[in-house]
Amino acid sequence: MDLTFSDQETAFRDELRGWLAENKPGPAPSEGDDDTHYAYRREWQRKLYDAGWAAPAWPAEYGGRGASLTESAIYFEELGRARVPMAANVLGLLLGGPTLMVWGTDEQKERYLSPILSGEEIWCQGFSEPDAGSDLASLKTRAVKDGDEWVVTGQKVWTSGAQYSKWCMLVARSDSDVAKHKGLTYFLMDMEQDAVQVRPLRQITGEAEFNELFIEEARIPDANVVGGVGNGWKVALTTLMNERAGLGFALQIRLRQLLDDLIAKAIERGTYDENADSLAELHVRCESIRLLAWKGLTDVERYGQPGPEGSLVKWLWSDTNQRLTQLAVDIVGPDALTSGESWSYELLRARGNTIEGGTTEVLKNIVAERVLGLPRLKVAV
Amino acid sequence: MDFGFTDDQREIQRTARDLLAERATPARVREHAEARTVDQALWRELSELGWPGIAVSEEYGGQGLGQIELSILCEELGRSLAPVPFLPSALAATAIEQSGVQAQCERWLPGLASGETVGALGTVVDGVAGLVIGGADSQVLVLVEDDGTGLVIAAEDAEVTPLQAIDPTRSAARVSVPDGAGDSLGDVCVGLGRSLISVSSELVGVCERALEMTVAYVKDRKQFGVPVGAYQAVSHRCAQMLLDTEKARSTANFAAWTADADPERLAEAAAMAKASASDAGREVTAGAIQMHGGIGFTWEADVHWLYKRAQLDAALLGGAKRHRAQLSAILADKVAASATA
Repeated sequence: MDLTFSDQETAFRDELRGWLAENKPGPAPSEGDDDTHYAYRREWQRKLYDAGWAAPAWPAEYGGRGASLTESAIYFEELGRARVPMAANVLGLLLGGPTLMVWGTDEQKERYLSPILSGEEIWCQGFSEPDAGSDLASLKTRAVKDGDEWVVTGQKVWTSGAQYSKWCMLVARSDSDVAKHKGLTYFLMDMEQDAVQVRPLRQITGEAEFNELFIEEARIPDANVVGGVGNGWKVALTTLMNERAGLGFALQIRLRQLLDDLIAKAIERGTYDENADSLAELHVRCESIRLLAWKGLTDVERYGQPGPEGSLVKWLWSDTNQRLTQLAVDIVGPDALTSGESWSYELLRARGNTIEGGTTEVLKNIVAERVLGLPRLKVAV
Repeated sequence: MDFGFTDDQREIQRTARDLLAERATPARVREHAEARTVDQALWRELSELGWPGIAVSEEYGGQGLGQIELSILCEELGRSLAPVPFLPSALAATAIEQSGVQAQCERWLPGLASGETVGALGTVVDGVAGLVIGGADSQVLVLVEDDGTGLVIAAEDAEVTPLQAIDPTRSAARVSVPDGAGDSLGDVCVGLGRSLISVSSELVGVCERALEMTVAYVKDRKQFGVPVGAYQAVSHRCAQMLLDTEKARSTANFAAWTADADPERLAEAAAMAKASASDAGREVTAGAIQMHGGIGFTWEADVHWLYKRAQLDAALLGGAKRHRAQLSAILADKVAASATA
């Protein structure tokens, strides 16, 4: 056991830290609409790209730095620490690119990877549907072959960034006559066609991070199938695995910062002592999340695959963020209940944490079945 | 950055687990628990293997290994509930080595390291240690006060009243020190910090075993024609038990690492570990009884030994609340320091 960074890792961290100190953008625009804010994130990605920091985990041949898993975790920790915005094309960088590197043809890699990195082409993720959430493989969006094209009709939901996207990672049913996991195909769908309508989905915070997609006979060339027809479930799993991996470190640091802010607030308001037990428990949880995330990384480095134990980290993180933002209401007072204030935003946004990217209930099932080996209850269908 | 154990550490863990699986079987543990006796044959065997001295320095006859190695043994002994005074004796040795002067070390450590002497450590309030685990069969006692002072005393010089604690796998006693008796130790903070980690590691072992027994039981036990572990009310509680266990393990292992590699963070890490492990020990073993249903409430099932051990360990050297209070003071200091920096 050695919980220190190697010289190379330290050098990587220091270089990034130094660069961030010089180059990090000013605060997010407080005026203006979602588009203004998105433009700000796009500009930030361009800056990262120009300096070679957009996706250090990508292999050098695709424009990355071939960073190790540890360095990649350091990257997200440092971005979190510097409180910089998320790069505009986060889904392309973290999910789309890595999925293409595994499943894409040489032509696809050649065509798509570079614009992902630069942020010229934004990507979104078309997986969930109104009737296919946790049970993703039951999705109904249909793809029918027509010559050397596919004709796609259906509906997707929770698609963040759809209004800015050029490409959608779309999973659709290409064969209804086989078992549900086997009839799926993974496509790259051009969002710039009339057959795809984007409608913002307003959430409990009042903003619209997500969208609904209405797809009515959209056309996708055969060349845009990723990983082969009927192989969509496997390709989608690659995307979902990547979803859990990198982002965890940024979220963990964000939680730490919120807790530090809250502790300072409690001290300032003279309510630290009465909340000391709860704050200390949150501190223990934050540290556990950090330690478990690093342990998961060590396991990947040793055994090559992230274990389903990663579910524990997401479960603990989401639950802790909800507890923290709830405690903030007691400590911060009226501001935490006033619309437009940051603590009230955090309170409301945190409710999504135990739902997005796998509900806590599904995570518990995964832990019970795949880690503990408990039997699965047969559900009547 | 590497969270895994080294090959040598894994070897210690594997050897310990294999040996204890053979020697500290549930039947053997039950026999000694019901008779409230120490398994002397096992204690002799462990002593010959050098276990009691694993973290005592070589100069005093130990193996001179670190807190991680000591924690590995504590965890394995916690898993097995072996009825031997390993933990109490290790706590006494740690405190004496960390805060004793040379004469005190020379007097007590060789015996503690070889297993010929058995020790125990307790906390004193108004001159009385109400419950010293292992206290009734010790030859040397370390008694510490809240202010970080402590003393070491030969058992024959103290007033030792044996108690029947709910955990019958180890002895217990009420200890008081006659005026002027005992030998003062220096600042016991570091020794206490390390001791908290050892107790936490034992609790992790207890949790791990409780979860294993529970998972095996709910896979096997059928009601309404299916294993009860298929019901989410049951499987989700098991998942929670795993989360609690892994959370405790992460902080205990981190603390064990800091003890030798980053001593400045020892106080914080030890408080985190003990807060986390005390809560987990109580929750996980309570869950084990509940998930076993009616059988879990019977004397015949073995889960109650784990529950009882967890209760004693969770309270030993202060429970979760006390260590969170400790931690909150450390956090406030940190915030103050960063504000003035």
